[in-house]
Amino acid sequence: MIFLLWLLVSLVVFFGLGIITGWLERKLTARLQWRVGPPWWQNLADFVKLLGKEVVVPETATSFFSLAPVIGLAAVTTAGAMILLAAFQPGSSVDLIVLIYILVLPSLSLILAGASSGNPLASVGVARELKLMLGYELPFILALLVPVVKAGTTNLGVLFRLQLAQGMTVGSISGLLAFGVALLTIQGKIGGVPFDVSEAETEIASGLLIEYSGLLLGIFKLTRWMLTAVAVFFLVFYFWAGLSRVPSAIGKYLLIVILLVLIKNTNPRLRIDQAMKFFWGWLTGISVTAILFAYLGW
Amino acid sequence: MNLLTKALTKSLWVFHLSTGSCNNCDIEILDCLTPRYDVERFGIVLAGSIKHADVLLVTGIGTRKNAKRIQKLYQQMPKPGFVVAIGACSCSGGIFRDGYPMAGPISSLIPVDVWIPGCPPKPEAIIAGLVSLLGKLK
Repeated sequence: MIFLLWLLVSLVVFFGLGIITGWLERKLTARLQWRVGPPWWQNLADFVKLLGKEVVVPETATSFFSLAPVIGLAAVTTAGAMILLAAFQPGSSVDLIVLIYILVLPSLSLILAGASSGNPLASVGVARELKLMLGYELPFILALLVPVVKAGTTNLGVLFRLQLAQGMTVGSISGLLAFGVALLTIQGKIGGVPFDVSEAETEIASGLLIEYSGLLLGIFKLTRWMLTAVAVFFLVFYFWAGLSRVPSAIGKYLLIVILLVLIKNTNPRLRIDQAMKFFWGWLTGISVTAILFAYLGW
Repeated sequence: MNLLTKALTKSLWVFHLSTGSCNNCDIEILDCLTPRYDVERFGIVLAGSIKHADVLLVTGIGTRKNAKRIQKLYQQMPKPGFVVAIGACSCSGGIFRDGYPMAGPISSLIPVDVWIPGCPPKPEAIIAGLVSLLGKLK
């Protein structure tokens, strides 16, 4: 019952945060390109507009077509609730491993969506997203293991609070390396630009989401914005001692969003094989090194 | 004007369809997205798929080969959706009106909401056309 309440809080908090973060991405991109950019309520207007549009369901679609967006949104809300619970309720027993599982679900819901829509371009997107997921999950989990090695527990609340006593995780060499890896894998998770092969608007016409319209598309868009907010929020608390002070946590949140937008705007889209090489080569190497450093106590 | 219509006027997603145009209008459309004009200020962005779009932007005469495809795309566009014909060719056939591949003009194939003439229309003209579309919505 209490977790239901936290789910509601999570939905409200990350809905607002997601809308604002989604706008921030667009506005910063616009400013970097010397444009003016949209007003702050732009993403809210987009969402409300999509609510009023007709939903076109293709003849070839299976029943998962309308179920997939709901799974994605539910997963993001649950992940958000778990992070909020771990951060703001001392003594909670939220586990990191469950959170890792739940953070896979939004990508899985996208794959389900693409595969159930019966569109050839979407199936290209599905193949790419599957490979990409295998790619970024490995370094992502390895990077998240660094604070676990240091603290010797997978309890999320303990991991958040330990940094208040021992100093933030990014303060050490291993923590800094793990943070860098996590930042880049998060970019893959949210489908940010160097890793947006599965959507690739100019190449496979929005790929996975090509057949989606109206409310269902709106939920997918919202899920993506909320996932960005949840992931960045998680990074702040997990690596950067977000619990220490509220104003500094907001600053850290904004800084990470700015970093993600900068990565997005200074890199062209990678091919899927390049992305795989990057994730399984460079990032996995760096995160394994970070774990070794963590064992050495650096 | 209810909330949904208001949101629609603030967030038009545009699908760009070229039906045998000479590419000149298409370049002018892309001009609207550049820093000088920046239509994203008004929430207007290019959509990758017709299912995401609110506006079908048609350039070119509508060739015989394309005629069926234009109608198909129009049917696939989720309603409420609008059609904007850009350039002399799509409005009237232009200098190609007597040519053998002519199946248009566009308004004979699908219902058109706004015509933006010109060869090619300036970005200012395209923005003026979009404003008149918004006026029509209200």
